[in-house]
Amino acid sequence: MPIEIPKDKWNGKVRTINLGATAAEGGTRAKVITVGGETSMPYLHFEAPTPNTPLIAVEIKSRKPTDWSPLLAEAWGEAMNNPAAWAKAAEAAGAEMLILWLTLEDTPADAVSAVKAVLAASGLPLAVFGPGQAEKDNDLMVAVAEAAKGERLLLGICEDKNYRTIVATAMANGHLVNARTPMDVNLAKQLNILITDMGLPADRIIMDPTVGALGYGIEYGYSVMERLRLAALQGDSMTQFPMLVTVGFEAWKAKESKVGEGVPASWGKWEARAINWEITTATALIESGASIVVLRHPESVKRVKAAISELMTA
Amino acid sequence: MALSGIQIYKMLPQTNCKECGFPTCLAFAMKLAAKQVELSACPYVTEANKAQLAESSAPPIRLVTLTGAAGEVKAGNEVCLFRHEKTFYNKPGLFIRVKSAAGVAEADSYKVNYVGMDFSVDGFAVEADSPAAMTETVKAVRGATKRPLILLSKNPDILAAGLAALPGEKPLLCGADASNWEKVAELAKTAGAPLAVSADTIDSLADLTEKIKAKGVEDLVLDPQATHLGKSLALGTQIRRLALKNNRAVGFPLIAFPCNAADELIAASQAISKYAGFVVLSEFKPELLYALLVLRENIYTDPQKPIQVQPGIYEINSPRPESPVLITTNFSITYFAVANEVEGSGLPAWLVVTDAEGMSVLTAWAAGKFDAERIAKAIKTFNVADKVSKKRVVLPGHVAVLSGELEAELPDWEIRVGPREAVDLPAFMKTALN
Ligand code: B12
Ligand code: SF4
Repeated sequence: MPIEIPKDKWNGKVRTINLGATAAEGGTRAKVITVGGETSMPYLHFEAPTPNTPLIAVEIKSRKPTDWSPLLAEAWGEAMNNPAAWAKAAEAAGAEMLILWLTLEDTPADAVSAVKAVLAASGLPLAVFGPGQAEKDNDLMVAVAEAAKGERLLLGICEDKNYRTIVATAMANGHLVNARTPMDVNLAKQLNILITDMGLPADRIIMDPTVGALGYGIEYGYSVMERLRLAALQGDSMTQFPMLVTVGFEAWKAKESKVGEGVPASWGKWEARAINWEITTATALIESGASIVVLRHPESVKRVKAAISELMTA
Repeated sequence: MALSGIQIYKMLPQTNCKECGFPTCLAFAMKLAAKQVELSACPYVTEANKAQLAESSAPPIRLVTLTGAAGEVKAGNEVCLFRHEKTFYNKPGLFIRVKSAAGVAEADSYKVNYVGMDFSVDGFAVEADSPAAMTETVKAVRGATKRPLILLSKNPDILAAGLAALPGEKPLLCGADASNWEKVAELAKTAGAPLAVSADTIDSLADLTEKIKAKGVEDLVLDPQATHLGKSLALGTQIRRLALKNNRAVGFPLIAFPCNAADELIAASQAISKYAGFVVLSEFKPELLYALLVLRENIYTDPQKPIQVQPGIYEINSPRPESPVLITTNFSITYFAVANEVEGSGLPAWLVVTDAEGMSVLTAWAAGKFDAERIAKAIKTFNVADKVSKKRVVLPGHVAVLSGELEAELPDWEIRVGPREAVDLPAFMKTALN
């Protein structure tokens, strides 16, 4: 007798979100890319189709970073000196989205010129993140949002400390926000409520649950993401947002990736290990529900992309 | 099917004789339903009811154990689909596939430390083309490792040769399929060894396990033969779900073969988080193994209890009275990040580990578990002042904000703020702490 496969029937659905605007919508992006729309746990095609492929975004910086692993400097070479060149290199390496991460040294004018340069260099949808200090982020983000009005940029990092300013400028200038909370279902939900209460349409929010790297707390992010997706499927409207995870940032902070010398021989070959660290972190989090995964190394981009295409196959 | 307390009660004698140690049969039934007692504690259950109760109390995924010349690897006994629902219990065994004994000794002695725990390879999966080759290879491999083995062949004669070379052991026979199952099941039964069953649909897997169980082999492992990540995720999830719903035909651990995948690391990561009990890798590569061992540890930690170290004062590189005092929290990852850096630098230090309820520096600070008061208390309870000649403490850079309050709590101490990341500690200790 054939076995009946148990299927979960959910009534909730992750929202469908469009990133980037083409000329027709008032922007300059080559095309609009859609994420979200899931009605099952990740990639359970026997239960429901996965309508949109998760995106690989590549992280680029407005200035050449001084604290990145030498392996990354080697991989990107000269391109790292200039955000426009870096954007082109990232696109050539297979990026489907770009994240321009600004630094503390940037003035609003610097930020605007970096954003314009990247927009001119690549037609991919773009996220722009501040350095992560609430006041500085506000200053930079307001300038960027105004200068790129209508592009449907994803603006971050939008946290409980500074969401008001960033949400207001996103609303006024036709952008999206990346709502970040520290690994907690209720905090995520609460921030999304605050943001929508201000009047930002819910189809302009991406949720960023904060994650840890392999070996440095990946299990917390992994489980919070599974719980957020379950809550979304159960019909909790304020958790029904696609999730972005900053894997490259976390994984390349780990000593395993950053350092080649003076580490145990049992860690194996440095470059392979470092890339394995980023890929393992990325694939675990994709399988727990990430829709946008932000990476740093071109080799990771290639391999994670291949994994995604296998996951998208029933 | 799992039975409720009431359903179990109906199958007990209902005499309340108390011999089981409980005041009533109902109380005993409730404990049985919660799997907190053994049925054998009641001497009066009828044979017929005993069989039915035993069936209902068996775990949904059978615990399967491989025994080597030394050591064992267990898989199964899992109770949930998502780790946050409870926890995952038996970490999947990582096996290296070999055709000869070359490299086995090296892989066998591999050891890597992650937050104070030593991890290694769990065993080897031996492959051979003929019975004679299997005998020879197994003997050679046995000379290089005592760990449990998996014997890989569809040919019953080859498996029999491998088994014969492993007296007293219970390797996993891998295994049975629709064409050879009768002979292989016979082998497994005689040796008492667990048996892996391969088929590419759940229906045919279930069909095979039922037939093999009828022959008296109970310790089974499923090989669903998925060809790509989408398929392996679906099959792994479906089998786990069915098992948790007490479908006994598929209530067994899974074996995965990332060694055959396009990207071995990614396939093995998926196998670890999505339900495999045994994972077979193509070769011994430390840079791959280390990542997988750490992932396995992370996914299988109990979500209710962060891994912690004992609060206290830790001596690193034989500190002397003039050595610096460093402050950190008792979250294992935090402690080892700091301890390993300092140890590696060869510089002596006193490391004061405060009781921050197992949280990282910033998490504990945000939760109010790592503040000036707690740090001052740790300095006092661990009698740090008696050990040092220079009353000076170094705070983690991430909590520089605490230095003012700590000065107030410890008026006769000098408070210094260290770097934010542990990697920069040795340089800081050399240059800033003289
Ligand atoms: C994992 C995590 C959690 C886990 C807890 C893990 C644990 N057991 O601690 C969970 C999900 C439970 C959690 C909860 C919370 N978290 Co939390 N969490 C994190 C996360 C992602 C990683 C922390 C971590 O493990 N780091 C790794 C360890 C090794 O780092 P570390 O302890 O700092 O140690 C390093 C350095 O400090 C240094 N160091 C350590 N000791 C010493 C000593 C000396 C002398 C020196 C020089 C250096 C040094 O070396 C180490 C390596 O470089 C961070 C964000 C991030 N990505 O960093 C947020 C983060 C720490 N959490 C945060 C918050 C706010 C919380 C919550 C309050 C939120 C909530 N949910 O209510 C709770 C609090 C807990 C509670 N109420 O019970 C904030 C803190 C914000 C702030 N600046 O105050 C962070 C920064 C996230 C954010 N950006 O908002 N969190
Ligand atoms: S020993 Fe058996 S019969 Fe006696 S009280 Fe316990 S359950 Fe009831």
